[in-house]
Amino acid sequence: MKRIALASTDGQTMTGEAPDQSPIAIRGMTVSYGQKPVVFSVDATFPEGSMTAIIGPNGAGKSTLLKASLGILRPLSGTVTVFGQPLNSQRHRIAYVPQRASVDWDFPTTVLDVVLMGLSRELGLLRLVRPRHRDKAIECLSRVGMAEFADRQIGQLSGGQQQRVFLARALAQGADLYLLDEPFAGVDAATEKAIIAVLKTLKAEGKTVVSVHHDLSTVSDYFDRVLILNTSKIAEGSVADAFTEANLQAAYGGRLATAQVAGIPVAG
Amino acid sequence: MLWQALTLQLGYNATLVAIGATLLGFAAGVTGTFLFLRRRSLVSDAISHATLPGVGLAFIVMVALGGDGRSLAGLLTGSAVTAALGLVAVQWLTRRTRLAEDSAIGAVLSVFFGLGVVLLTVIQTMESGRQAGLDSLLLGSTAGMLRADALLIAAGGALTLILTLILRRPMIMVAFDEDYAAARGLNIRQVDLVTMGLVMAVTVVGLKVVGLILIVALLIIPPVTARFWTDRTERVWLLSGVIGGVSGFIGAAISASAPALPTGPIIVLTGFSVFAASLFLAPNRGVLAAIIRHVAFQRRVHVRQGLLALAHGQPIYERYTVRLLHRAGLSRPDGVATEAGRARAAKALLDEKRWEILRAMPDHEAAAALYDGMRPIETVVTSDQLAEIDTHLAAPQEVLA
Repeated sequence: MKRIALASTDGQTMTGEAPDQSPIAIRGMTVSYGQKPVVFSVDATFPEGSMTAIIGPNGAGKSTLLKASLGILRPLSGTVTVFGQPLNSQRHRIAYVPQRASVDWDFPTTVLDVVLMGLSRELGLLRLVRPRHRDKAIECLSRVGMAEFADRQIGQLSGGQQQRVFLARALAQGADLYLLDEPFAGVDAATEKAIIAVLKTLKAEGKTVVSVHHDLSTVSDYFDRVLILNTSKIAEGSVADAFTEANLQAAYGGRLATAQVAGIPVAG
Repeated sequence: MLWQALTLQLGYNATLVAIGATLLGFAAGVTGTFLFLRRRSLVSDAISHATLPGVGLAFIVMVALGGDGRSLAGLLTGSAVTAALGLVAVQWLTRRTRLAEDSAIGAVLSVFFGLGVVLLTVIQTMESGRQAGLDSLLLGSTAGMLRADALLIAAGGALTLILTLILRRPMIMVAFDEDYAAARGLNIRQVDLVTMGLVMAVTVVGLKVVGLILIVALLIIPPVTARFWTDRTERVWLLSGVIGGVSGFIGAAISASAPALPTGPIIVLTGFSVFAASLFLAPNRGVLAAIIRHVAFQRRVHVRQGLLALAHGQPIYERYTVRLLHRAGLSRPDGVATEAGRARAAKALLDEKRWEILRAMPDHEAAAALYDGMRPIETVVTSDQLAEIDTHLAAPQEVLA
């Protein structure tokens, strides 16, 4: 019943026969804090090799959707498949870059140690950190331009540098799917450039990137798809099809000042 | 006597006890580090106080079954049961009610401890209870400890230590970045439960040596002390273990040398001495280093501001600034620049002008963001960029005396 209703509203066909093989497919996701859903009945599919921005106003449930998809939060309802398989069997193929603010930056650890966390699957519980692990971590750091900071305590870094270290940790996992939560929030221009360059390289390698994003003016430069969210899904699709003024108006309503809209290169 | 105790010359038993206490201290320091990193150090206080009713109950049960009730293994088993209950109570209260964790800890700690004291009072009235010596479990005592007890403590400490080291990576990941750890598939509640379980094991094993009231000190003081000296997780737990081990050894040795000396307080005081020394003397995070850094920085700011005032031909209002300039040979006591002062002032002014130009250049946003009035511009731009900036400079002005 539910599936049919959803299929008719967003115009997508759902065969339901073969499981969706896309890197991540979310079906009927509802997450609530107490009695108030912040994400309501969201379906979303992120095709392989695509780069999607999740956009929407503050409190629209963007980060919540990401966290619930990863099982960090427990959704009230909804299923997630990753490459057509249950989430838990595919976790090694997912790299998550959390919000910078979620971490205590006075924690006694160095940049290198943080990136080595990305190798925890290889290291297991007991294996010693060998030069090849260290080399790999350094290589990931140089991809984000942070190799020279390897021995710094993480609290000594600027916000942008911290964000790049988080990205390096995700790279170290060698995942196929990258989920980022506001990677550009509060970072300097150089960091933003460095991060977007890395993400575009990942896309070129056929990896899938999904990022919560708040800067509407860069959406069409950085991404090829959008998921517009405000508790429920407003639109999903290519930037050309879905990133339209009508959809943005539907998501942001009065909060989207006309002046702001004028400056945004929206499709259509 | 004290010297003999510290050099392990009080005989086989005392040596065994000292080794046991050292191992226990090491294990507590390492295990406590993960609790400290998770910012839940106080949970250990609830756990330790919750051991007391278990001790009392175990004694009563053992006597009722016809034993003498003083078997350490039996008492520790009992203490583990109620400690686990206390831990579950704290977890439940925190997760399922609106109580914050600190309130939950306070409630559980006092209720369990109160119950334990009542049970000990009851035991005092029992015929076999008079000489039970259960009160030594409150503050710890190594005097007259049996060989079997020392072996039990050493083995328990070693086992906990090994388990902690095996599980350290997941515990560190959860402590540093819970969401990331969850995304990697770690079960946060399980990892937390394991951490608490290890802390509980150390607590129970340490009852005889440190006593339940002060075992928190052996779990909290060493990691906090170690943190002063290093920024690396691996070194924090290692150093914390060493500090705990030394505290345990000294406490046990001194206590063994005199029957009336409880071990717990000596261990705490030893640990505290190391803590106090670290607090003041640690190179980066220590209080003294912070004061020195602050004063040095304040001086640099004053000198810089003074030089800029000289460069602009403005008077210097703060006497402190003039004193600093004078002491550095940059000005006369009345605040008039010397030859050297004029040169430095000109350089300071040039720096400011360069920064001004840099901050107006849209291409150098990242570098410009590093401006704080003190930072030399050479540290944020290349010499080529500096030359480019200098092309925007007006002809250099002479600084008037």
